[in-house]
Amino acid sequence: MAKLIAKTPCGDTLPKTIGNVTLSEVLIDHMWSVAPYKRREKAVATALGATLPKPNRFTTKGDMRLIWAGQGVTLVIADRLPDMTDLAAVSDQSDAWAVVAVEGEDAAEVLARLVPIDLRRATFKTGHTARTMLGHMTATITRTGANRLEVMVMRSMAGTLVHDLTRAATLFAGRG
Amino acid sequence: MRIAGKGQIDRNKPVNFTFDGVSYQGFAGDTLASALLANGVVLMGRSFKYHRPRGVVTAGSEEPNALVTVGDDPNLRATTLEIYNGLDARSQNAWPSLKRDVMAVNDLISPFLGAGFYYKTFMWPKSFWESVYEPIIRRAAGLGALSGKSNADDYEKAFAFCDVLVIGAGPAGLMAALTAAEAGADVILADENPTTGGRLLSEDEVIDGQPAADWATEVTAKLAAMPNVRIMTRTTVTGAYDQGTYGALERVGLHKPTRAGTPRECFWRIAAKHSILCAGALERPIAFPNNDRPGVMMASAVRSYLHRYGVAPGQSVTVFGNNDDAHRTARDLEAAGVNVAGVIDTRTGVTFDGNAPCFSGGRITATTGRHALESITVEHAGGSRVIRTDCLAMSGGWNPTVHLTCHMNGRPEWSENIASFVPVAGAIPGMVTAGACQGSFDTAACLADGAKAAADILGASAPAIPDADNTAYHITPFWAVEGKGRKWLDFQNDVHVKDIKLAAQENFRSVEHMKRYTTQGMATDQGKSSNVAALAILADATGRGIPETGTTTFRPPYVPVSIAAMGAGAQGHGFAPERLTTSHAASIARRAPMIEAGLWYRPSYFPQPDEATWLESCNREVAMVRNAVGICDVSTLGKIDVQGPDAAAFLDFVYANTFSTLKVGKVRYGLMLREDGHVMDDGTTARLSDSHYVMTTTTAAAGNVMKHMEFVRQALRPDLDVQMISVTEQWAQFAVAGPKARDLLNTVLDTAVDNETLSYMGCGTCQIGGTPGRIFRISFSGEHAYEIAVPARYGASLFNVLNAQAEAMGGGPYGMEALNVLRIEKGFITHAEIHGRTTAFDIGMDRMISRKKDCIGQTAAARPGLIEPARPQLVGLQAVDPDDKLTGGAHLFEADATPVSLNDQGYVTSVCWSPTLGNHIGLGFLANGRARHGEVIKMVDHVRGVTTRCTVCDPVMFDPEGGRLRG
Repeated sequence: MAKLIAKTPCGDTLPKTIGNVTLSEVLIDHMWSVAPYKRREKAVATALGATLPKPNRFTTKGDMRLIWAGQGVTLVIADRLPDMTDLAAVSDQSDAWAVVAVEGEDAAEVLARLVPIDLRRATFKTGHTARTMLGHMTATITRTGANRLEVMVMRSMAGTLVHDLTRAATLFAGRG
Repeated sequence: MRIAGKGQIDRNKPVNFTFDGVSYQGFAGDTLASALLANGVVLMGRSFKYHRPRGVVTAGSEEPNALVTVGDDPNLRATTLEIYNGLDARSQNAWPSLKRDVMAVNDLISPFLGAGFYYKTFMWPKSFWESVYEPIIRRAAGLGALSGKSNADDYEKAFAFCDVLVIGAGPAGLMAALTAAEAGADVILADENPTTGGRLLSEDEVIDGQPAADWATEVTAKLAAMPNVRIMTRTTVTGAYDQGTYGALERVGLHKPTRAGTPRECFWRIAAKHSILCAGALERPIAFPNNDRPGVMMASAVRSYLHRYGVAPGQSVTVFGNNDDAHRTARDLEAAGVNVAGVIDTRTGVTFDGNAPCFSGGRITATTGRHALESITVEHAGGSRVIRTDCLAMSGGWNPTVHLTCHMNGRPEWSENIASFVPVAGAIPGMVTAGACQGSFDTAACLADGAKAAADILGASAPAIPDADNTAYHITPFWAVEGKGRKWLDFQNDVHVKDIKLAAQENFRSVEHMKRYTTQGMATDQGKSSNVAALAILADATGRGIPETGTTTFRPPYVPVSIAAMGAGAQGHGFAPERLTTSHAASIARRAPMIEAGLWYRPSYFPQPDEATWLESCNREVAMVRNAVGICDVSTLGKIDVQGPDAAAFLDFVYANTFSTLKVGKVRYGLMLREDGHVMDDGTTARLSDSHYVMTTTTAAAGNVMKHMEFVRQALRPDLDVQMISVTEQWAQFAVAGPKARDLLNTVLDTAVDNETLSYMGCGTCQIGGTPGRIFRISFSGEHAYEIAVPARYGASLFNVLNAQAEAMGGGPYGMEALNVLRIEKGFITHAEIHGRTTAFDIGMDRMISRKKDCIGQTAAARPGLIEPARPQLVGLQAVDPDDKLTGGAHLFEADATPVSLNDQGYVTSVCWSPTLGNHIGLGFLANGRARHGEVIKMVDHVRGVTTRCTVCDPVMFDPEGGRLRG
């Protein structure tokens, strides 16, 4: 009987440090999209034991992280989910995304080469998330720390994500 | 010639560079222009059209003449190009050399080459324009040339955000930035020079008791220390756009040797809540006979070279002007010990308070010197005299740099006070102007303006204004000297006074018509130096005032922006995102050539060592699927989870056929229509539970279908309780197709399947070595086939496992070519057939449109015009002679009809060589085609020159009963 071997989206292309910015893959074991049915938002929050994040925000509750992901949709990163049949549309998204952390003093400056939104720390604070573009790709950008941002793109675009981030970081560092 | 003790260059850091192959030395802080002038080089370029010898005219980005090429970068301004060790600059538009340029013959025949010459002369014969005239003209006229090579250098693009963008770091800009920053705003201060200070660096002035340049340094240091300020030097704001967005070009590495990993330039998009334009003003020339000789330059430029670079541009300088600024140049030169041979002022009753003789009411009527100015002839109240001079500093007054305020259709208005145009308020939403760019020409006013502008927009109080020069500006407009010889207005485009008059005479009287007739102010110049003078001459020639004449439109960019900077990052792998399947690496390892499907990369075929052509591989792969088993990555198809109490009702609405009746554990083919009744997409949808469906879409239309369904959900059926989300990326999905498909699957599945547990069009869950997956018994090949899906992290692994098993059974992977052949043989459609102009009726599926429910496109699809037998209908086509090819895009005609559009009966959409049927076959659309099976028709491909007789048949050419599917 065959035993399947798991691979991460970015594989061995990461981590790398360029200038004072480090790019590293964020591994996700389990992630689901949770979209409550009509008038079930509160029931979903109760079932999860956490409030659903407002637009452009993410929240954490214990080991669970909840990321706003569009109209009426929350991505929930957790070890397991309670049964929410009849409460919400739940889809497994554990393998759908490539997630890369961009960390370091100039993390936001490197992303400013690729991302058209305002990532200044005073505007885009820890706990903020945005559905936007990174280069030509749709992406979700989340600030998880003063000098740390996480970028999510479709798994199939992991190679392009690493390529674009590497180039941006290299040229930023090359300004010297 | 350097002047001891002058300039802001670093004399301890000599810099060696070459110009046209000759070595020179300058100092750190020099531009190419200042370093060449210091070395006595005044000839720096040849003009655009007449190849006249030209020298540097300005000391800024407005420079029209001194354009050079460095490496593969043409048209760099010598006035902004900073020198570095090893810089190798070359002059342009001259052959064989700058001094001996054979194309200067153009200048001798210049009387024939005036404005409008091309339009009049090269009209006949018409065919000669593209083949003969244009190439000759293009070769003779022009500036720098492109290398024709791909640009290997690195460029950057970036985004920035701020509360206040201050454009220009002269006295107004520095005060504006300081005021805004102290009020707590996030400030970006952009200036195109390497250092801040603007004109303060070029003048001998005092602010608050210290040299103005030192004051600028002090303020800059203060700003740089503030966390809310970003100073962007070497950055030109090039355009003002909607919603407070500005384009800006930063010269990141142009002042250093090219180095991989260092961007040459960066193109910025800056979003600012407010902007304060402090762009200053540009001095304008005076038109007089032969005013373009090398050595004739702007009076303000002479002061820049003196004060910033410690260079005297001549040994015996003359000054010509209509305002007091000209006198300032003469004073500064004398103070620096440079001989001033005369001050010529067009105004009467003027005296000069220095040593040089002053010619009040004076005119320059002639100049001499081919490669460098030698003398000028002055006519004045006291008569006429010739003055030996190697540098003439001229000043026709100042034009506020209003350009950015015009980028959104704003029109500046005429100010009599300064005899120039000033911006109107509100021309760019969110932008205010301050300082010289709005006509405040003394330093004290600039400082106050800048502070006030920032204080006003932020509601802050204006700070104390430092003491500074407040000498008023006096000008008496003077545009052109009458006399023999060409009086140049636009140096960059070789336009002179007579050209403007000719335009007026030939009734190109509107300023925009004049511009196009003469090329004045065109291209990169955008009228920076010539605009106001040219339209003053036009006003005079047409008997109107300047305000009535108006200005031409200043368009972005303010300075040339290299396409390399705008397209930064878009070369090679940066061109578009690459979507790679989990089996990509394995396919590449098997040497499969990739074909793009949208952004996805899919294998075309998997060549075996003994196969010479793609067709051999394709034929083998088709036979493999028909006789054994093949594996194909189908992860690229769109997968959408549709869930909710009303999921079934929602699918009934978006699909033409019914899904509410589909049993759990079953899959159904679905056809989706657009609102206009044409086919949008097709695919299979499986029902996983009462309230959970998973829909598949075609690869290319996945995004469109998702968008369409989201629109339907939000806008058309908000009453339905349904949620949907893409799960395309979550699942790696593989087709396992062929008579041995089930045997293969049962070697990898934890629990075997059979016809009872998984019949045709069934679906369910499965496990592979404990990994949960989904399994669908569907077929796009006509064979007994499955699609098996696992979470994407296991995709690469499963692909290898499946192939290993397949190869042990005489099968293996197959690519897009084989997939295409298999589906054509079975008459399965793709977007080649549902190309946006075909209806369900056309493809023979009109009966799928359920009448028992409403659906999108139902009504429109029933329109009489869309269901007529005469419409081209989907048919199969087979070559009568198997040696004859079918070609995609060819048109169909009756067997003996003349192949002209009048007789056109349809077209071919898909073709292939069918190894199964041993013939060239295809799918196409033929008028009334369903009733014509068996008829022999003619396929004509006018483009490729192919004519083939073919037999019309049912689109399902292989296994029409479908026995193999159910096996």
